[in-house]
Amino acid sequence: MAGRVAGKVALITGAARGQGRSHAIRLAEEGADIIAVDIAESIPSVTRFYPGATEEDLEMTVKAVEALDRRIVARKADVRDYAALKAAVDEGVAELGRLDIVSANAGIFIHSDKTQDVTESDWDDVLDINLKGVWLTTKAAVPIMIEQGTGGSIILTSSTAGLKGFANVAPYTASKHAVLGLARTLSNELAEHSIRVNTIHPTGVATQMVLNEATFRLFLPDVEHPTQGQAAEVFQSTNALPVPWVEPVDISNALLFLASDEARYITGTELKVDAGFTTK
Amino acid sequence: MAGRVAGKVAFITGAARGQGRSHAIRLAQEGADIIAIDLCESVPGVPYPGATSADLAQTVKEVEALDRRIIATQADVRDYDAVKRAVDEGVAQLGRLDIVSANAGISGPMLPAEDLDAVAWQTMIDINLTGVFNTAKAAIGPIKAGGRGGSIVLTSSEAGLKPYANVAHYVSAKHGVVGLMRNLAVELAPFSIRVNSLHPTQVDTPMIMNAATYKLFLPDVENPTREDFAPASQAMNALPIPWVEAVDISNALLFLSSDEARYITGVTLPVDAGCFLL
Repeated sequence: MAGRVAGKVALITGAARGQGRSHAIRLAEEGADIIAVDIAESIPSVTRFYPGATEEDLEMTVKAVEALDRRIVARKADVRDYAALKAAVDEGVAELGRLDIVSANAGIFIHSDKTQDVTESDWDDVLDINLKGVWLTTKAAVPIMIEQGTGGSIILTSSTAGLKGFANVAPYTASKHAVLGLARTLSNELAEHSIRVNTIHPTGVATQMVLNEATFRLFLPDVEHPTQGQAAEVFQSTNALPVPWVEPVDISNALLFLASDEARYITGTELKVDAGFTTK
Repeated sequence: MAGRVAGKVAFITGAARGQGRSHAIRLAQEGADIIAIDLCESVPGVPYPGATSADLAQTVKEVEALDRRIIATQADVRDYDAVKRAVDEGVAQLGRLDIVSANAGISGPMLPAEDLDAVAWQTMIDINLTGVFNTAKAAIGPIKAGGRGGSIVLTSSEAGLKPYANVAHYVSAKHGVVGLMRNLAVELAPFSIRVNSLHPTQVDTPMIMNAATYKLFLPDVENPTREDFAPASQAMNALPIPWVEAVDISNALLFLSSDEARYITGVTLPVDAGCFLL
């Protein structure tokens, strides 16, 4: 039986590891070819929280997709660098023949400063990657999709922080709320082309961005070196379902649904994959 | 490859035709067995004919043609005892309960709020809100008894998120469904039972495709037809389509009912061609 996105090509940013790699694999499992983009290096403002992805990580994503007998074009590119991003997308489309799905997934998580104490460079890095980078991703992809004339599906990764205000997480929260606004505007503009635009709102996902001591300390500020076990209890108390965090594949399954023709009339919506976090 | 809800049992109300039949078929295609109920009668004051027992028999035929089991009974969602009996008998025969689609609902009559009489208001609340509550109430015990969580999906509407003139009762009931969904999501989360709501725009079924609906959207046209209705309906959507198909709602139900959505709860999922955007 044909895969749920068989014959389609998907552009995924932040594809070297974490949710991005999971998306690449899940869509490939269901028959899509992949254009994978990642900065594949550490970002100075982020390294005090968690290490950056590497070129080896991106290579592992490539290997995993090829093991599923699907094609993948992977490029090292910073979503803040429009020229590099555009070149990566164009090369991918030239080789794979088309573009149907966009997963604007690349993002960073900086936190633990009161809003008035956030440095300008931290603010700029978060907004440039999490918001401007998402816009630039669509800027590179949309003209191709309109020209192709076969509709499509764009999914922007927001967050529970795109719906609720998290203390001490101002730049990230602002960027994720803004992604929602961008998605609503885009979905209005692109509807006439049958290009659908939706956002996904994960709660904490079990990836390096979340599973690190800096994040644990955000939730356990009075503990010197909080462990994952201690953090799990706190995380779980914030969700409605009895889980501390979800797996990358859970976000990928939601992405797959929105990317597929099963969701052909779903646009302008916010899909929470949040274990009931925002409902509680 | 195993179906996406293989081995599960789904309880579907309003299953005789329209979205309900489509849900029964789609879930059966993906491996589920079905407990189905429908009123199988017209409802006084509702401006289009109700489903019939022949309709329900047709749903049974189509599910059995997929080699799946189905227990179908005539029952009114306003009658809690009848709903409970149907669920319990279905579970006794099929062995378990995992999924609920609280889909049964009516539309109409279409009148300004001050002209809606007490009967029209009450009938709408009784079927579209209380009936949904009765459905969930009857199902929670059997799902909890399974000890493996489950998925309850309540069918609301775009009218559950924004107002539509001349259907104050429908809008109120459908908004109420969202509140019920959120409450149930919070109460049942500790049992890993997920609860979400679906919000369709116009769907191509008998509940929508009738003169009363056409007249609601085209009040100045003498005898509006489906062809007249299409552009008016399309103008409400962002995507260039007049309405969605029942299978589009079923695909969203399938996703929410499957383990792919194991951590999705408390969500309002529009299948609305972007109608909420405008």
